[in-house]
Amino acid sequence: MKKKLASVFMASTIFAGVLAGCAGGAKESSGGGNSDTIKLGINLELSGNVASYGESMSKGIEMAVDEINKNGGVDGKKFDVVKVDNKSEAAEATNGIIKLTSQDKVTAVIGAATSGNTVAQAQIANDTKTVLIAPGGTSPTVTVDEKGKVRPFVFRTSFIDPFQGTVAANFALDTLKIKDAAIFADNSSDYAKGLSDAFKETFEAAGGKIAAEEAYVAKDTDFRATLTRIKAKNPSFIFIPGYYEEVGLIVKQARELGIDVPLVGADGWDSPKLVDLAGAEALNNTYLINHYSSEDPDEKVQNFVSAFKEKNNGEAPNAFNALGYDTVYFLADAVKRAGSTDSSKIQAELAKTKDLSLVTGVVTIDENHHPIKTATILEYVDGKQVFNTKVNP
Amino acid sequence: MEWLQQLINGISLGSIYALIALGYTMVYGIIKLINFAHGDVFMVGAFVGFYAIKGWGLGFFPALLFSMAFCAVFGVLIERIAYKRLRNATRIAALITAIGMSLLIEYGVIYARGAQPEAYPDNVLPSTSFNLFGAQISSQSLFILSVSVGLMIILQFIVHRTKIGKAMRAVSHDMDAARLMGINVDRTISYTFAIGSALAGAAGVIFGVYYTKIEPLMGIIPGLKAFVAAVLGGIGIIPGAMVGGLILGVVESVVSAMGFSLWRDAAAFIILILILIFRPSGIFGKNTREKV
Repeated sequence: MKKKLASVFMASTIFAGVLAGCAGGAKESSGGGNSDTIKLGINLELSGNVASYGESMSKGIEMAVDEINKNGGVDGKKFDVVKVDNKSEAAEATNGIIKLTSQDKVTAVIGAATSGNTVAQAQIANDTKTVLIAPGGTSPTVTVDEKGKVRPFVFRTSFIDPFQGTVAANFALDTLKIKDAAIFADNSSDYAKGLSDAFKETFEAAGGKIAAEEAYVAKDTDFRATLTRIKAKNPSFIFIPGYYEEVGLIVKQARELGIDVPLVGADGWDSPKLVDLAGAEALNNTYLINHYSSEDPDEKVQNFVSAFKEKNNGEAPNAFNALGYDTVYFLADAVKRAGSTDSSKIQAELAKTKDLSLVTGVVTIDENHHPIKTATILEYVDGKQVFNTKVNP
Repeated sequence: MEWLQQLINGISLGSIYALIALGYTMVYGIIKLINFAHGDVFMVGAFVGFYAIKGWGLGFFPALLFSMAFCAVFGVLIERIAYKRLRNATRIAALITAIGMSLLIEYGVIYARGAQPEAYPDNVLPSTSFNLFGAQISSQSLFILSVSVGLMIILQFIVHRTKIGKAMRAVSHDMDAARLMGINVDRTISYTFAIGSALAGAAGVIFGVYYTKIEPLMGIIPGLKAFVAAVLGGIGIIPGAMVGGLILGVVESVVSAMGFSLWRDAAAFIILILILIFRPSGIFGKNTREKV
């Protein structure tokens, strides 16, 4: 009996699917979808090992969609959301976008949370001329393919990894007023190499001097010898792009050796484990770069924070919530300027985005589809991240 | 005073290598087995100390002693379960068993608690640093150095002044003759494993306090470095392991100090290769002629 029911159910879903497919096809041929809705596909990690990223973004996206729809939509057009779960796997992400573009005929797709799962969708997005916006992929390869060619239909909301190096250099020069710095980078990751190259370039171009440039390998535990060497060069600032496991030990050992200058890192530092490893006291006078802070006094941020808290039982939004939220507004802005739900027109407008004010900063899209945007600097005070300042590129 | 600082860095690192190397050397001296699971006993010691401090709120010394006792029993169990029945097998069989044991312990720990790292609480030892001729010396590193030296002195006392030490030296010299003289060889070997593993356990706790981060695969590299230290000093010779460990620690610090920090691990193994080519019996070893 159960089996029979199931097969009836299956048959009816398939039938409905076929019908929907026909309907979508009919609309497509009559010119770019239904005029009073914008079909928006969401392809996120809702289960699997990075499900927490995907779920956070999904919350932010839903909130933005609700807000826009409640206020009458974009030029009267409301968002119609279709969600797929890519299970944190690249192959599932590809399947997801195939379903969204061929069955649901979406105008744009938001996702995925990680760079790898976004790259897995890029080819399909370009082939089907569907706009794909990654809320969180920070690797440069998301929007630029391995030959250095821009993927025309792929965009992103978050800044890219090497950009954080530029931000760190500007922070040192403008906010801390420092002219000589040392770099201590993880030599085994492309992430850290990209950051330290960008830092060096910006810092030296502005007349700064790199006093020492040292490297370590992930999984090292003893950094005292190299830190002693750095200390002898007397830099007034040390840039440490790397991940929290090693950075925690570096910060602790540096303070033990009497290095009390500011230490600065990027989003690889962002983990509660860092405080365990380094100790709250050693982390004083250290800074990290992040996408956003819920403590930012900016009015736009605070409005977002209070609206989010109201919806989520007082929980403060994290960076992923904010990026998801911003991605919808980023898209809505382009749709508004295009005055149409035609993917190619939206794509052209997305690429022209300039000085768009969002929660995670003011965004301008460059020729590689990388956002040039504000970054937030957080300072560790007694083991807690505290908003320090915002740095514009 | 950069160089004084580097020397201190090197000696602190070297004293941990030395403690681990002692276990390698003692076991090799007595049954001619390179116990590759030794680095993992060191890791287990670090975790036992961590849980003793964090879970039971023990202080540094009780945790150190508890970890040493736990590792002593653990070492004897490894010997009884895995190595004893291979005593008359080929050496390669025992060596492969040791590698298997090492993997079993590493992944057993990962299975039991996951692979994520753990951070030693930083208030276990008072940490003030003071200035000596421009070098920053933390009280922790002095403390660690004195604990290591203390343990080595106790070991020397056990080996040279006690009955069981005498038995160890006899078994290491000639196992069959020792047995004929009425020495219980199996028990002596167990004692050797117990003492060597206890030192590895102590090294684990000291490592945890000094370097904060511990994780299930932390024993691999220090284990290999300690093996290099043991070979450098002359494997099977106890003072050789101490000197080898200290030399290796200082060499690594000097290599980093000259700006070749990425070559630090390579330097240790280059030393191993050079020693094996030019002086296979190590610094303290005598070239003994094989008797026919």
